[in-house]
Amino acid sequence: MQNLQQLYESILSGDAKQARALTEQALTAGVDPLRLVNDFMAPAMDEVGRRFESNEYFVPELLLSARAMKSALELIRPLLVARGEKPTGRVVIGTVKGDLHDIGKNLVAAMLEGGGFEVIDLGVNVPPEKFIATAKEKNAHIVAMSALLTTTMLSMKSTIEAIKEAGLRDRLKVLVGGAPITQKFAAEIGADGYCDNAAGAVGLAKQTMALLG
Amino acid sequence: MRPVISQLLANGPVVTDGAWGTELQRRGLANGESPDPWNLTRPDQVAEIAQAYAEAGSQILLTNTFGANRLRLAQHEFANKIRDVNRRGVEISRTAAQEGARVFASIGPSGKMLLAGETTEEELTAVFREQALALADAGADALVIETMGDLQEAKLALAAACLTGLPVVACMVFDSGKNRDRTLMGITPEQAAVELTETGADVIGANCGHGIAGFVEICRRLKAATDRPIWIKPNAGLPAMENGRLVYRTTPEEFAAVAPSLVEAGASFIGGCCGTNPRFIKALRTQLRKPAASVGTGSQQ
Repeated sequence: MQNLQQLYESILSGDAKQARALTEQALTAGVDPLRLVNDFMAPAMDEVGRRFESNEYFVPELLLSARAMKSALELIRPLLVARGEKPTGRVVIGTVKGDLHDIGKNLVAAMLEGGGFEVIDLGVNVPPEKFIATAKEKNAHIVAMSALLTTTMLSMKSTIEAIKEAGLRDRLKVLVGGAPITQKFAAEIGADGYCDNAAGAVGLAKQTMALLG
Repeated sequence: MRPVISQLLANGPVVTDGAWGTELQRRGLANGESPDPWNLTRPDQVAEIAQAYAEAGSQILLTNTFGANRLRLAQHEFANKIRDVNRRGVEISRTAAQEGARVFASIGPSGKMLLAGETTEEELTAVFREQALALADAGADALVIETMGDLQEAKLALAAACLTGLPVVACMVFDSGKNRDRTLMGITPEQAAVELTETGADVIGANCGHGIAGFVEICRRLKAATDRPIWIKPNAGLPAMENGRLVYRTTPEEFAAVAPSLVEAGASFIGGCCGTNPRFIKALRTQLRKPAASVGTGSQQ
């Protein structure tokens, strides 16, 4: 029990090495992997998100915690898959066509993985066709798009239109984010959700999953 | 203080230029297209912008070289012409400046994150050194490290720029945190001012991020933490969608009306970032020529 509380602490402080070691110990001792995730790891990431939103944590802390979470999850995920547990949801993520910025997108991807999502990262400069093909192939629940430039944010609009034309719009949700994006812009281009920070993206994605039913 | 800087400041607050990216878009730069190669492919359009800023009264012209580094142009057909893109950028602004304005060449961030392991200190140093040397060789009067979110990267760029022997302006984007007074990486204006001063910046500042009103307090905090002059270039607010097009709603007059508060907060160089245009610069010049603007600057106006 003491060790498990330490797992929470190690993720909160971004200590990937310790998080992995403690996870390994717990699994060897026969602790239910789902319990590790639900009772210790996910709450740690929730706290990371809270601290980020209250200005105590910034991007560096977020990155370190997400990395610690990821290294622990690498041990747990195969066990969950083997017994038929499903990920929270499947997200296809990428920086839109014309935009080569991946910092924000990578952060959101790391946080979503930490939140139990299966994340398919298409990288940068992703054309609408690629979002659509991958979303179809992977049966994605969410398409998440990033843009850093005011010059590329309109690519989000064209991607949403292409998703509509491909007949996928009713089957998945679209989330957008990036420095120049606002809630208003997201609404205007017909996205289902927007969040102004990587930590909040996890909660947003979970809410969105609930809407898919 | 370096002669270039002290000469500029001798007559009170200096008006720099406004945005280039959004102005290039008005001239047909496609969504997501890299602006920098236009120095080679459409120099007339770039020159038009430089000319318009010179005519509007810019005392400093930047260059269309913000993203002209090897990492940003990695996938571009001009990846092997980094030097030429930078050189032409300086030449274009120089031609427009004539004898009237100084040319401060722009160096933006690499677009890669050190902390996430996407690049290394060695790589960034090489990348910024290549760009800074190209800009210096082309005859820039000073270099401007701008729109930085990561202090570590800003310092690497600054150190590379200082090697040229030119005066260097270093500024960061404070757009994160509850009060929008931290960089993406959580750096405060105080931390930025202290460390950039230690690394050798001649001028320290803030640009991009948000609208001009939020810059007054950031300017005050930068000023209190360094003995260097302060450089401020805000956006024309955040963009909004209108009929499928992006618009910046702050007007040149609204923008310029805040300039005296910036001067009072310690700004020595004032211009605009995304969404501003030559009309903003003209309005700034008009506003700052009013007698009240010189209060607290120790100017001889």
